Amino acid sequence: MKLKLRIWRQESSGCKGRMVEYEVDNISENSSFLEMMDLLNEDLVSEGKEAVAFDHDCREGICGSCSLTINGIPHGPQKATTACQLHMRHFDDGQTISIEPWNARPFPVIKDLVVNRSAFDKIIQSGGYISVRAGSAQDANAIPIPKQDADFAMDAAACIGCGACVAACKNASAMLFTSAKVSQLNTLPQGKPEKDRRVLNMVKTMDQAGFGNCTNYGECEAVCPKEISLDMIAKMNRDYAVASVKNFFGTVA
Amino acid sequence: MSSKSCICISSLQKKFLMAITGVLLFGFVIVHMLGNLQVFLGPDAINLYAYKLHSLPAFVMWGARLSLLLMVGVHILMAVKLTIENKKSRPREYDNEGTVQASYSSRTMPMTGLIVLSFIIFHILHYTSRVVPGMEYDDKIPSYSLEFEDGSVKQVFDVYAMIVEGFSNYFVSFFYILSMGLLCMHLSHGLSSMFQTLGLRNKVWRPRLNNVARATALFIFIGFAAIPISVFSGVLHHNDSNTYSSLNSVNDVQNDNITSEGTQ
Repeated sequence: MKLKLRIWRQESSGCKGRMVEYEVDNISENSSFLEMMDLLNEDLVSEGKEAVAFDHDCREGICGSCSLTINGIPHGPQKATTACQLHMRHFDDGQTISIEPWNARPFPVIKDLVVNRSAFDKIIQSGGYISVRAGSAQDANAIPIPKQDADFAMDAAACIGCGACVAACKNASAMLFTSAKVSQLNTLPQGKPEKDRRVLNMVKTMDQAGFGNCTNYGECEAVCPKEISLDMIAKMNRDYAVASVKNFFGTVA
Repeated sequence: MSSKSCICISSLQKKFLMAITGVLLFGFVIVHMLGNLQVFLGPDAINLYAYKLHSLPAFVMWGARLSLLLMVGVHILMAVKLTIENKKSRPREYDNEGTVQASYSSRTMPMTGLIVLSFIIFHILHYTSRVVPGMEYDDKIPSYSLEFEDGSVKQVFDVYAMIVEGFSNYFVSFFYILSMGLLCMHLSHGLSSMFQTLGLRNKVWRPRLNNVARATALFIFIGFAAIPISVFSGVLHHNDSNTYSSLNSVNDVQNDNITSEGTQ
């Protein structure tokens, strides 16, 4: 395959970025998108030019490192697929492909296609945990959990924190990510004691990081490689409403 | 970082305010439409309805008007705040900015909202204050003799004639139907959004509520648009065509008959 690439190049966070055009040839249809990027970089390096910086790690769709917006869609056109699991057979020979970093103010570009996603870490730190007594684990079946709840929490836990939801949102809202983390713990009995505090704190941190507000477009759900559903957001909204009322009366645990 | 105002109201609280004021205004729209549809029951029904509404104690009527104004104000204020913040959070557009599944109505909410707002302002000046130049119906339309159940007769403002007269104007009707179409779009996203924002839906109820929202929005469009369409198709027409064809010449004579109550 021969491809024309339009790639966002940016020296560092302070510099201005711009789209630069490249051409790659002899790309196998069976190679992954990141392998195609590797080949481009090999060409660039052999020409004595600087390689395109992009995030990658596991390359099997579970780490949440890759963060490429491909033709305007985070992780590219394939549904429920991370960029690393996207294969070149989904593109046409001779096609022009634009590749950009996540586009959101709270995710400043570090270099080229690499963005700083520590805003997500701050959200997690503010409530994405449970407080338990460390030491020997208790019996696995000591706490009964309804199947429905276990499934819902598991669906929420599938979030790999890649940030595609923010990148896809026309408001750069982090509601899908935050709601997945809130829902995962708030649904399970282990997360119940800190339920109200968790949702209040995580939403507060999310706002402070400068993410936009949700207007229920649903773009996040559409691009999420783990198919996290908008139901997580509804659940978080519900929990937040209850927690706000409790907070008003000063009865948050 | 974020430049949130000091009146610390979280993103979700702003959205809750949006949803609650939105659903209350939606309630008003439904009641208003059902009230309007009485025009199809004839002049007696709609004029009696209008008379009863205007005979409500002043504090009830002005209370309702002011609360509607407050709701519209809060709804707009939150919309502006949320939109400004959202624009700030997304510094630029993608090279080929696209949409995967966001509906057209969801992406045009500010625009449909603004046009509907301009319509509401015109609509109030047109039919409530009746001060639009050339459409001062208080002077133009003779009062209506409304017969009550106990046999008494009162001269009241002829809302029926005003509706027929008002919608006989092509521009008014066109703007009205257009605005109702945009309101329909606004509500089809707004109503389903309200359930989402208040956390009142899940996997099972999401498709159901989306359909309910779309159906209700369409019902509202049909209910409102039916009136100007009926005026044009002749289903709704002036009762005594002679009186109205010579409307202006009759004015002076009729004005003497209008009681103070009737011109309310």
